[in-house]
Amino acid sequence: MKSHLGNRIAQIVPTLLLVSILVFGLQQLMPGDPAVVLAGEERGDPRVLAQIRAELWLDRSLPLQYLHWIGNVLQGNLGMSWHIGQPVSQLILQKLPVTLQLGGMAFIVAVAIGVPAGVVAAVHRNGFWDYVANAIGLAGLSTPNFWLGIMLILLVSVNLGWLPPSGFVPPTEDWRQSLATTIMPAFVLGNAIAAILMRHTRSAMLTALDADYVRTARAKGLGEFRVIVWHALRNASMPIVTLGALELGTLLSGAVLTEQVFSIPGFGKAIVDAVFNRDYPVVQGVVLVTAFLYVVLNLLADILYVVVNPRLRSG
Amino acid sequence: MRRFLLAAACLLTFSTATQAQTLRIALREDPDILDPTLARSYVGRIVFAGLCDKLFDLNEKLEIVPQLATAYEWADAKTLILHLRQGVVFHNGEKFDAAAVKFSLERHLTMPASFRRSEIGTIDQVEIVDSATVRIVLKAATSPLLAQLTDRAGMMYPPKATEAAGKDFGQRPICSGPFQFVERVAQDRIVLERFPGYWDAKAVHFDKVVYRPMPDSTVLTANLRAGSIDLAERVLPTDVATIEADAKLRIVSSPALGYEGITFNLANGDRSKAPIDQSALLRQAFEAALDRKALVDVVFAGKYQPNAQAISPASPYYIPDIPTGPRDLARAKALVRQSGIPTPIAVSMNVPNTPDRAQLAEVIQAMVREAGFELKINLIEFASSLQAAAQGNFETYLIGWSGRADPDGNLYSFMHTGGGQNDAHYSNPVVDDMLDRARQISDVADRRAAYAKMWQAQRADMPLIYLFSPVNIVGHTAKLTGFRAVPDGMIRLQGLALGK
Amino acid sequence: MTALRTSSPRRLAMRRFLGRPVAVAGLIAIGLFVVVAALAPLLAPFDPIVTSWTAIRKAPSWAHWMGTDENGRDVLSRVVFGARASMMAGVVSVAIAAGIGVPAGLLAGFAGGWTDTLLSRAVDAMLACPFLILAIALAAFLGPNLTNAMIAIGVSTAPRFMRVARAATLDAASNDYVEAARAVGNPAWRVAVRHILPNIVPPVLVQGTLAIASAIIAEASLSFLGLGQQPPDPSWGSMLNAAQRFLTQAPWLAVFPGMAIFLCVLSFNLVGDGLRDALDPRQR
Repeated sequence: MKSHLGNRIAQIVPTLLLVSILVFGLQQLMPGDPAVVLAGEERGDPRVLAQIRAELWLDRSLPLQYLHWIGNVLQGNLGMSWHIGQPVSQLILQKLPVTLQLGGMAFIVAVAIGVPAGVVAAVHRNGFWDYVANAIGLAGLSTPNFWLGIMLILLVSVNLGWLPPSGFVPPTEDWRQSLATTIMPAFVLGNAIAAILMRHTRSAMLTALDADYVRTARAKGLGEFRVIVWHALRNASMPIVTLGALELGTLLSGAVLTEQVFSIPGFGKAIVDAVFNRDYPVVQGVVLVTAFLYVVLNLLADILYVVVNPRLRSG
Repeated sequence: MRRFLLAAACLLTFSTATQAQTLRIALREDPDILDPTLARSYVGRIVFAGLCDKLFDLNEKLEIVPQLATAYEWADAKTLILHLRQGVVFHNGEKFDAAAVKFSLERHLTMPASFRRSEIGTIDQVEIVDSATVRIVLKAATSPLLAQLTDRAGMMYPPKATEAAGKDFGQRPICSGPFQFVERVAQDRIVLERFPGYWDAKAVHFDKVVYRPMPDSTVLTANLRAGSIDLAERVLPTDVATIEADAKLRIVSSPALGYEGITFNLANGDRSKAPIDQSALLRQAFEAALDRKALVDVVFAGKYQPNAQAISPASPYYIPDIPTGPRDLARAKALVRQSGIPTPIAVSMNVPNTPDRAQLAEVIQAMVREAGFELKINLIEFASSLQAAAQGNFETYLIGWSGRADPDGNLYSFMHTGGGQNDAHYSNPVVDDMLDRARQISDVADRRAAYAKMWQAQRADMPLIYLFSPVNIVGHTAKLTGFRAVPDGMIRLQGLALGK
Repeated sequence: MTALRTSSPRRLAMRRFLGRPVAVAGLIAIGLFVVVAALAPLLAPFDPIVTSWTAIRKAPSWAHWMGTDENGRDVLSRVVFGARASMMAGVVSVAIAAGIGVPAGLLAGFAGGWTDTLLSRAVDAMLACPFLILAIALAAFLGPNLTNAMIAIGVSTAPRFMRVARAATLDAASNDYVEAARAVGNPAWRVAVRHILPNIVPPVLVQGTLAIASAIIAEASLSFLGLGQQPPDPSWGSMLNAAQRFLTQAPWLAVFPGMAIFLCVLSFNLVGDGLRDALDPRQR
């Protein structure tokens, strides 16, 4: 067990290194020469281009560029944004809380919808409510995030005027406004994950409801609600939690379009804008940090899954 | 909303003399680096309008008016004397004087990767006459120089603080404008606060200004209507009706300085071998097949101005004789026949993938099809399109220019042989000659004549078909007073106030 | 279980699948979408790219059931023709993903050792990169058009197939008959193709159907960012992209293509779900 964990932790570094090479390589594939983009109106002047290239190390060989960057990263320096001239680390620190807040709220939405729906579906296995829960879940999975976002803005903000259509207010400034600005995007992000949670809750609950201790509890004459919530759900919660941790990882980076639609200044929007501006240090930095969080969350999920629930070790 | 109003009402009653007023401005993009020497973006200039004073400013009629320089005179064609405003201080307390002007202009001229060098590269030397006077010696007579000093190249820095900040200046810009920098969260907001030491403090009626990038027009309009934004720049023409219908909002439209056009690759690499790039007749046919008015009506709700030249109708250098239409399909077909090239003639067009440009391209596609052109739209994202343009990887390119106050800024670098934005590699000695001459003379009538001659040659070659001039459409709350619509589209904060 | 041993597992799966009305409904809906895509020229009431400047952004009416778009084109006709782009994008990109992912997974699972470690790490790295970023970068690199969008989606989806195929390979490789086949001296490739490949078909099929659903959304997303179908040809995503400017003035521009995506994706998800239950009862 320990060696398995050790293995997994040891693999984080090579995985992240691979990610860094992958991102770096992908950028080289992209057509817009950052020097030309940065030169803008002066793109016809070879002297300007040469100067920019020299300044940004773009005139060195690719391996050298990579080593220069990764060397700095290993010393904790993520570099400067070419586009806005701010340190990438500052950018990330500004955006991390936003992404975490959005991700956290989306996760709450997902759990609030997914878990009860899964329980209901399992209890009414193959019955009417099972179908309804399934249909809602699948509908959530099948709606493009950005379209749902657009429709919500149209309905809730434009027509009803209940919530601000977009933007983000930090909770430190005004927590109510903050909540108001993130609730719609959180719902958009959370509903797809709710569907996944729902299915896993359902199957975990089915297993739990079949288990001996539930039969015993029932035999003891405990109320059905109590049996379901107290005995079955508690036992089914572990796989749900671990799965949740996994999905949280995808939430961190999967919010690209949702952030775009709602103009939320999180990681997703940062990456897309940086890609379109050819702001390589930002793309590299943000992807690396996202990948790191993703890998760590994955690891946590694994640890939770295996350590806390030894029964599953063999399965 | 009601609760908000109530809260606002409470605020008003409790705070009498010192009410903290914030102006919230929506920008269409997130600006780039906030260093006037290194900045490139249009929206960045809007933020600088609150942050950094310039030597000169523009008024609504595009006249050059004093700002940090109170007066100027030409000692001779190559020597400009500036008299500086006294008692001006920078945000950090440093004094604005001749030394600061010399430092600032030299920073614009010599800083590596400066984007101002080409704008004021004609400056040979900046000499301090006394603390309130500088003498600028030029390499050659250059009439557009003053107009350049109304923009980023005319923004002044406090020497000590700027020197100390070096390349990091853009992280905490320090200038002498009515507002000073507080913080920036990329893609979210830029916050400025009132600079108490501003020389024209009585013109400033806000304590705080917040700029918020809002690329999505629906979102922007909704925010404006909900009252969470006080002023929005570059409202889409298609949103004007919605805003006008709202009694709480106002629309201010004024002609802008820019243009939108189709650049033809005349001699930049292999792609310039396409029939349309090799035949001026075909390009003229292409133009004749376009219905500029319909184009503007369909895509921009009829708000923009059909235009067949780089100069905006707002400018004194606009030449009304250059026809913008009407569409002449018969002539287009005749010209195509005359060219002897069999139809359909395949033409590929690079189009940066913003939704309105894509629609514009689709409309053009439908129009020229009737004249025998099979237009293939190649939607690519902006960065790639710039690269393709620079490398000559295009047959035609649908692109616009935000525009400058002096006509030179809309022409020289696009049309002159070897110009920085001459992606077409267009070269015509007459055009070069007239562009050079217009730079050297300052009399408006003489310059107009030179430009008129340039247009004659240009329109025969047709390296670029101009389509329209946009209009600066600003939407703001009805409570806002004192907004001045200057054609450069910058939002001047002096004089703006929020009423009840 | 013993009573059913007489029928083959395939027929059994088929029966289980057909026993789920929702899954069958999904299958029928997919069939309808395929028919619509194939017969688009016959079904569409108007030419999807013919513009009409006099009828821009007209609300749904008897003449135009879904209204007209910003260039006066019939939205219904564009939705009908857009089915082609979306179905193609779904199927082709998943074919690409499976084409890369399945052999890689087979190789990793079967060869084990260093090959496995290397491939698995690479997959981890790719999965750790945000999916859409991979696709955006690839689409930007290849140049935006439908074909390249499909390639981009295919390549960035491949790791998922590789994972599924690898797991199934490991599962199958531990079977006695595989070990026996190896012991007899059959060459590795023959064992892989003959004995292991059939075993990984069911999970890959399930993954495939579900992946088509996400690929359709991915294509719409890329088109939404302007990296998909080139104008004037319609795709649902690019229609949504164009609709964004007119949400308040012409909401039907966004509603109908969005509904189309939703229904199409839902159908694939329903079928995928049904297939999973039918082919892999342990999942329940």
